[in-house]
Amino acid sequence: MEHQHETYYVPEQSKLPIFASIALFLTVFGLGNYLNELSADKDGSGFTIFLVGFALLAFVLFKWFSIVVDENMRGLNSAQLKRSFVWGMGWFIFSEVMFFSAFFGALWYLRNMSLPHLGTGPTSELLWGGFQADWPLMVTPDMAANGEGAGVFGPEKNMSNPGVGNWTGWLPFWNTLVLITSSFTVHFAHTALKNNKKGGLFGFNAWLGLTVVLGIIFLILQVEEYLHAYQHMGLTLETGVYGTTFFMLTGFHGLHVTMGTFMLLVQWLRSVTKGHFSHHDCFGFEASSWYWHFVDVVWVALFIFVYIMG
Amino acid sequence: MAHGPAKGLSRWFYTTNHKDIGSMYLWFSFAMFFLGGIFALVIRAELFQPGLQIVEPGFFNQMTTMHGLVMVFGAVMPAFVGLANWMIPMMVGAPDMALPRMNNWSFWILPFAFAMLASTLFMEGGAPNFGWTFYAPLSTTYAPASVTFFIFAVHIMGASSIMGSINIIATILNMRAPGMTLMKMPLFVWTWLITAYLLIAVMPVLAGVVTMMLMDIHFGTSFFDAAGGGDPVLFQHVFWFFGHPEVYIMILPAFGVVSAIIPTFARKPLFGYSSMVYATASIAFLSFIVWAHHMFTVGMPLLGEVAFMYATMLIAVPTGVKVFNWVTTMWRGSMTFETPMLFSIAFVVLFTIGGFSGLMLAMAPADFQYHDTYFVVAHFHYVLVPGAIFSITAAVYYWLPKWTGHMYDETMGKVQFWTAFIGLNITFFPMHFSGLAGMPRRIPDYNPLWADWNMISSVGAFMFGAAQLLLLYNVVKTIRGGKKATAEVWEGSHGLEWTVASPAPYHTFTTPPEVK
Repeated sequence: MEHQHETYYVPEQSKLPIFASIALFLTVFGLGNYLNELSADKDGSGFTIFLVGFALLAFVLFKWFSIVVDENMRGLNSAQLKRSFVWGMGWFIFSEVMFFSAFFGALWYLRNMSLPHLGTGPTSELLWGGFQADWPLMVTPDMAANGEGAGVFGPEKNMSNPGVGNWTGWLPFWNTLVLITSSFTVHFAHTALKNNKKGGLFGFNAWLGLTVVLGIIFLILQVEEYLHAYQHMGLTLETGVYGTTFFMLTGFHGLHVTMGTFMLLVQWLRSVTKGHFSHHDCFGFEASSWYWHFVDVVWVALFIFVYIMG
Repeated sequence: MAHGPAKGLSRWFYTTNHKDIGSMYLWFSFAMFFLGGIFALVIRAELFQPGLQIVEPGFFNQMTTMHGLVMVFGAVMPAFVGLANWMIPMMVGAPDMALPRMNNWSFWILPFAFAMLASTLFMEGGAPNFGWTFYAPLSTTYAPASVTFFIFAVHIMGASSIMGSINIIATILNMRAPGMTLMKMPLFVWTWLITAYLLIAVMPVLAGVVTMMLMDIHFGTSFFDAAGGGDPVLFQHVFWFFGHPEVYIMILPAFGVVSAIIPTFARKPLFGYSSMVYATASIAFLSFIVWAHHMFTVGMPLLGEVAFMYATMLIAVPTGVKVFNWVTTMWRGSMTFETPMLFSIAFVVLFTIGGFSGLMLAMAPADFQYHDTYFVVAHFHYVLVPGAIFSITAAVYYWLPKWTGHMYDETMGKVQFWTAFIGLNITFFPMHFSGLAGMPRRIPDYNPLWADWNMISSVGAFMFGAAQLLLLYNVVKTIRGGKKATAEVWEGSHGLEWTVASPAPYHTFTTPPEVK
């Protein structure tokens, strides 16, 4: 297995990148057309193009990862190449951190700069009918100025902290428990793998499977929360900046949990059906687990800044 | 392992070779440079004299927007990525980029992204018309329908940049030849390492801000709408948090290029190597805490104005370190003035002028007078054209013999340099004056008070454009033939890339060299 002087594997030609580019283009081009058709109330082929592009992208990425896995099995990947993957995944996660920073930064700015400004002095008195800044923002500046004639209404209820005594009946609290537990289970999976324990009740497969189940439970609870917000709380994307920031932050987090769950599921399937991963060769799993810890940390930040301080 | 280039078109579509991909980046960037240049010439033709002559005001706005977007994202950034692809593996003694297939994906996204962006010109309602900074609500409430495609184009070119940067960082950190310690790396590699870090930090923020726009436009959110408690100023903060590091993304690799060229033609080692590294890192750090100097007139609290003003002025310190180091490198050097050196010296002089006008703009109280005038246009064109564009041109002349195996036509190179140098100064220097006299940016018609300066600028712009045709001709001519280049190419050249043959073999350093 261990070669003394390994050469860095540079693959020969590959059709993957060009097809991935075409697929990515069709995906966003179709989506752009679809959104414009929706806004203009027109029929068109946007959604079809989007679906075709997305399916092609999924297919190309599946092939791509299969090929990388296969090359690894054939022993083409030197230790140095594996370090490239480690750097790659690490910096990718950093880019995701910065993406969320933009939205957390927006939340901070809106709460601490924009709203106080809208709610004081001549801005409030002359422009927005004596608007008072408050968080969660239930009465929008538009409502303060125009009453029933407003275009943007605030939500009827919000998702904020009901007080620690009531946390047992508060969905976000349970979601937090589920997600933090899952970070532990994925870590136990890693430990089990390092100890060469793949099967059995406390083996890699069991812990990883449990993590996937917890991920799915989190997503179900999240859908439940959204349905409740839309149907019973009058809280939607369109209810001023509270609804905007709430759904954008939790929504993008939810998308990332979906991605993370899918990644872990794929690793679980690889392990269970194909017997992949050994204690010294398990980067696919490790990368997915780092991603999982990352979405967990984002959730903790969400729980603090969106829910508890909300 | 020793596979050579494939035959026909498949070589370019399916390649995993850093040199092929570098060439594609460079040609793509060159094409975009001409496209953005045509947009610029439409602008300058309209501004040749007061009144509306050639284009409608609405179309004029599309031209200023598309010129900026194409030049920033299509010409300058891909050119530097192309240079990185070609040179970094050779400079650090690596067999290729760390992740060769992803490298090709990073490139091939770009033609699609820019095809989509350019196609907005033919859409109903026209292309984006809100300036390259796309401030809300011009880019949300009042935007043409094509803004949706603009947003998605930005998304995928951002994905391309992030993947490209990850590749560059992995290559530099993981693929260096034995003995190539961090503080032995050529400065071009150092500046790119830091640039790649900046890209990974801020491209996701750009993705975030265009996503907020998309949601405001299509899904009724209120990020930038005060009626729902949002704030258009929020857009400016998020945008410039991306935007300011972005302008250093376009100049740090230029510092690297010039730091390679000046020592070669001064025949002296670079003065103050480690201070260059630290200065680059300081500039990168400072770039994150100065963004609001683009927004002094937006109504920030006084404390904000003062803090951002002083932080901005601090940048002059590491930048000054660099300029003095380049000058000191030339001091008592055995200098010759081949075309790359001419472009590099022009870079040092003219970029410094752009830096000085930047210092003027950094003063918040004075900026209230300059804001959104042609003085700002003069400032950022002085840092971008003789800064980014000249350094890219210098790099092309400097490394072209290594890429093609042929020497370029030196006389024609010098003619191009002087045409470009004179043309750019005729174009942009008068803008300082029209700006100080009060001429606002982004207007198709103007007070006859500024007519003389504008006429001069327009003449210079066409001269500068003509110079680029000379560059194209010279590059094509060099590829097709010319005097054979030696491996060292330049008498004073220094570094691993000059130890391999010219043209560089398809695969270099499949076994890493030993660096002492």
